[in-house]
Amino acid sequence: MTNYLLEITYIISSVLFILGLKGLSHPESARRGMHLAEIGMLLAVIGTLLGQGIVTWEWILIGLVVGSAIGTAMSIFMPMTAMPQRIALSHAFGALAAVLVGINEFIVKGHEITSGLMGALGFEVLFGSLTVTGSLMAFGKLQGIVKSAPMTYKGQNFVNILLFFITVGMFMYLVFFPQNILIFGTMIALSFLIGIFIVLPIGGADMPVVLSLMNSYAGLAAAATGFAINNKVLIIAGSLDGSSGFILSIIMSKAMNRSFANILFGAVGTPQVDTSSLHEDRPITRFNVEDAKFALEQAERVVIVPGYGMAVAQAQYAVRELSDELEKRGIKVEFAIHPVAGRMPGHMNVLLAEANVSYDQLLEMEIINPTMDTVDVAIVIGANDVVNPAARTDKGSPIYGMPIIDVDKAKTVIVMKRSMATGFAGIENPLFYEENTKMLFGDAKKVLQELVAEFKKN
Amino acid sequence: MFSLIESFYILLLAGFVGFEVIKRVTPTLHTPLMSATNAISGISLVGSLVAAGSDQFVSQMLGLVAVTAATINVVGGFLITERMLKMFKRKERKQQ
Repeated sequence: MTNYLLEITYIISSVLFILGLKGLSHPESARRGMHLAEIGMLLAVIGTLLGQGIVTWEWILIGLVVGSAIGTAMSIFMPMTAMPQRIALSHAFGALAAVLVGINEFIVKGHEITSGLMGALGFEVLFGSLTVTGSLMAFGKLQGIVKSAPMTYKGQNFVNILLFFITVGMFMYLVFFPQNILIFGTMIALSFLIGIFIVLPIGGADMPVVLSLMNSYAGLAAAATGFAINNKVLIIAGSLDGSSGFILSIIMSKAMNRSFANILFGAVGTPQVDTSSLHEDRPITRFNVEDAKFALEQAERVVIVPGYGMAVAQAQYAVRELSDELEKRGIKVEFAIHPVAGRMPGHMNVLLAEANVSYDQLLEMEIINPTMDTVDVAIVIGANDVVNPAARTDKGSPIYGMPIIDVDKAKTVIVMKRSMATGFAGIENPLFYEENTKMLFGDAKKVLQELVAEFKKN
Repeated sequence: MFSLIESFYILLLAGFVGFEVIKRVTPTLHTPLMSATNAISGISLVGSLVAAGSDQFVSQMLGLVAVTAATINVVGGFLITERMLKMFKRKERKQQ
């Protein structure tokens, strides 16, 4: 295969990648889009195997076979509820490949390394290695191997900033003196450390941001690899990945009311807030399952707001059954999805789709909010901070300004919750004390199943 | 072989295209988007293949691990994206 043919193959691959992502603009076109992207990947691999002067095949074969086996097994046996972990893990794999290619390039090129090449290699291994350990940490926290609560210590910011500057300093030194293998190695080791350190202070509810950021970093590492080995398809695919993570990070940071600068540098650790300032003395109103059934029967329009609690209780199937029962009675049911509900972007959508909820019932916060006052019953399942009206009204609240789903504007709000405990951020939720709010305590799945059984009685 | 400026052009333009395309991705599909871009960033496989297929032992070994890791991403990423996308159905196909 001549060089031109190879370049043309890479160009076609790049176009197919872009078309593939374009397909994701709608669930109807998404699968066809993915097929295009798959063909693109296949072409790029075949082109590389035939056109890049490959001389030994056994290691390639072993890697491809082992990798395919593990990849296939992971995608078949991994339950949908473990999706955040899987995403975190795969960021680590992708970044690891980029780091290793970078190290190899450093060794192979040896004394030929120019400042320009070193610049590319530096970015590659820096982004790559901090993504590897950062993603593994995120994986550990999501899987429960590492404590998911934020881990902070005195002087943490100082240590992180110091580490960051030392690493950047080494990188700059390398650009001028590219052959120093000791500095190169130390720089990689330090960025592995940075990856761990920036995820340490981040708690579970901030995981959507971390995953988006790691998505972006993994893409940047791939793009830098393209710079280093002068391969255009890597640059293009890497920047697609990078911009995807970038956009998701922006969306997530807006939904959490955090500045993007704050997030870009990984300083995502939630300030542990003082909860004593706001303490409600008003009484709460309780509902039992029969009351809930009665209220729902009278409704014309019901909106369900799921949160991470629904995922924890594995209640998505029970939710769908309830929605079916309501629809059978001619009640309109919709789901209002907050961008940061759950542990990764789109988490609630995937769980509900798995439970067979039709995707046109899954509505974004911006779409549902203007019509919230026409909703008869809003059911909040395992969500707390994303429906906290203090974000709208209480200037002193740490979540003030964060966009929320305005369930308090619905005629009746049923909050399904295990207890009166505060949400992740430890903030009191005035919603629970509103007159139109009814608390239905218990395990979300159990309560929902009882409610469905109640409906099935007649 | 090293063309920095040319690469920068590509990076910037691809970045803009990516930004415009991904801005239009429906929030419903944000998780599949993540796993799809993950699979696509497994394109590091291309660089890994070259390393694993060279004639130097160190490169071969680094390449072997890189090929394995990148293949897990590509194969696993695309498969799981498809599995997820299959779940997104519209009402009429729903039972009951």
